[in-house]
Amino acid sequence: MHMSDTVIQNHEPNYLEYQGRYKGIFAWIFSTDHKRIGLLYLYSMLVLFSAAAILGLLMKIELIAPGKTIMDAQTYNSFFTLHGITMIFLIVVPGLPAVFGNFFLPLMIGAKDVAFPKLNLLSWWIYIAGAAIVLSSQFFGDGPPDTGWTFYAPYSFRTGTNMLPAVTGAFILGFSSIATGINFIVTMHRMRAPGMTWMKMPLFPWALYGTSWIQVLATPIVGITLLMIVLERTLQIGFFDPALGGDPILYQHLFWIYSHPAVYIMILPAMGVISEIIPTFARKTIFGYKAIVVSTLAIAFVGYFVWGHHMFTSGMSGTALYTFSILTFLVAIPSAIKIFNWVATLHKASIDIQTPFLWALCFLFVFMIGGLSGMVLGALSANVHLHDTAFVVAHFHFIVFGGTGYAFFGALHYWYPKMFGRMYDKGWANIGLAVFFTGFNTLYLPMFYLGMIGMPRRYYDYVEEFHGPNIVSSFGAMLMISGLVIIITNLVRSARKGEIAEADPWKGKTLEWTVASPPPLENFAEIPVVTKRPYDYE
Amino acid sequence: MSNHAHIDEHRDDEGAKTGMWIFIFTELILFGGLFIVYSVYRYLNPAAFHLAAEELDTFIGTVNTVILLTSSMTIAMSVSAIQYQNKKLTLILMGVTILLAVVFMVNKYFEWSGKIAHGIYPGSPTLMEASQGEILFFGLYYAMTGLHAIHIIIGVAFIAYVMRLVVKDEVQHDNFTILENSGLYWHLVDLIWIFLFPLFYLIT
Repeated sequence: MHMSDTVIQNHEPNYLEYQGRYKGIFAWIFSTDHKRIGLLYLYSMLVLFSAAAILGLLMKIELIAPGKTIMDAQTYNSFFTLHGITMIFLIVVPGLPAVFGNFFLPLMIGAKDVAFPKLNLLSWWIYIAGAAIVLSSQFFGDGPPDTGWTFYAPYSFRTGTNMLPAVTGAFILGFSSIATGINFIVTMHRMRAPGMTWMKMPLFPWALYGTSWIQVLATPIVGITLLMIVLERTLQIGFFDPALGGDPILYQHLFWIYSHPAVYIMILPAMGVISEIIPTFARKTIFGYKAIVVSTLAIAFVGYFVWGHHMFTSGMSGTALYTFSILTFLVAIPSAIKIFNWVATLHKASIDIQTPFLWALCFLFVFMIGGLSGMVLGALSANVHLHDTAFVVAHFHFIVFGGTGYAFFGALHYWYPKMFGRMYDKGWANIGLAVFFTGFNTLYLPMFYLGMIGMPRRYYDYVEEFHGPNIVSSFGAMLMISGLVIIITNLVRSARKGEIAEADPWKGKTLEWTVASPPPLENFAEIPVVTKRPYDYE
Repeated sequence: MSNHAHIDEHRDDEGAKTGMWIFIFTELILFGGLFIVYSVYRYLNPAAFHLAAEELDTFIGTVNTVILLTSSMTIAMSVSAIQYQNKKLTLILMGVTILLAVVFMVNKYFEWSGKIAHGIYPGSPTLMEASQGEILFFGLYYAMTGLHAIHIIIGVAFIAYVMRLVVKDEVQHDNFTILENSGLYWHLVDLIWIFLFPLFYLIT
């Protein structure tokens, strides 16, 4: 009897095989299954990421020597603009919640789907529409936008380039973000499995909870601000135009009121991923579960009040400067608490060193460099010297690419067997990581030095003094891209040819590992009852 | 509800309402951005804002306020009516809400076209000769009441859609969350107007 039950369960189609009302590609783009939507986001983002990464590589090749190398100044301007818009608005901000949040949030809290599956699908469609509009700015009109991803006024409405689609697209993308945020908050409030109290919820969902609130509360501000830029360009309303009485500094405030919390939208889910990977491979309960939860919420909260540190040289009162600087230093505390907790979890653990764990370790390394260089920038006097230099670019990439990017690839390697039911080639995955990690540091570390000796950001040209470190940096870029090619090729290849993965290849303890790989359509045949804390290895 | 229910059958009224409330927060913050801009420029240009506000017709503004408040009442009453299983009354009250919204928009149309006829619109030659504060005031006036008007249109579409569901008996006394949510949205539209009205018409 028991045997036959198991057999029947094995025959239940998994989410990849399931045939619904639609066939072919429509079975995906009209699917309300959170797992398929997660993969839709994953594929869209991999395509966009590859394109934007190539733009980055081309910029680094341009910078390999002073003067014009492969492109002129205007092309360079449009490259860093498109690179920034794509990476920030289309990949890093939505990335982890949209791909792994969608796929794993319901699985990890023991639910069959998110609270609003149709809204979930709509948010992907909005995402695609926004992306298409943003990218259309490249192909018609008066040339690609050249303002950088921050759309600073007054240049953003004075430049003759094709700003409208870029700004409108970013505005539309905000709705996708808001829809996902609302969906996740309600899902976590209403759909946790019986027995899963808040304090028994795994840490990745917790991180998504903090992230979702920031998405919901901060995104509308940038929405309205971008809308004001649109109105300014189309109707000559002088919100931020000094000629009409407007104030460009006000634009900067409004922009950063969103865009600084957006940095925490990027990093919180990354921290959540690391909090999942570390206990699994340490085979140990996470150290200080409550401290991690509280620090997640603290980051989400304090992160709301530090936007001014992007504007230390823009003109603010002394009081405002000190306040923003102190608050910026305060955010470092909860971040450091997390680092200590992760390291303490590793203490005296019997660690199983696997690819996802190596990604988590590399994350810790680059995130600490990124975080500590952020402290340098948060200090008022240092900031005046380093503002708008390559130092900022290095810091930013260590946090956003080093933080979120590493966590994204870590998550991909961690959950890959669950998502596709197959295991990638671990040897190639490790080689890819090694090349990528070496390239990453060779690329960005020299930029700290370049910034300190005065090389400004966003210039396609530089004086001869900066040549040496730039050669190293450009070489690092090529190495890093080679690493990415190895990593992605390995993952794409293994999706069809990899070994069949078991349900719980890493000996994880959270709920997603209790179902088959790939998961069945409705995740759980019976909703599990939770009695223990997550990461229960005792 | 059994554990084996299909995902499509998932129904959670409390969850749907929570979602709507969070969405309403986002709308408030969306307008909040404009309110911040308004207060900054009012603080910088008190005299010009005073002058410009004199141009607006307080009478039409007051009438529109009364209309919107009444429509908020009728949509709230329709939520009660559906709970008393009075389908006809529900539909009438929703219809009245939509009608009042249309009257509001007609007033708005006359108000805007009057201003435009006087050459007061963003980028107009008349306005460009005015002081910077006045340019900002009318820029904000058109942007904020315009965005509010878009919300009215969305609200009307939402209520009309729910009316259809009531007609088809898909919204009934034991399943009316979507009607309640459309009402919540309508109250939001009303609430924003309650702040727009004094900011543009009353404080002169």
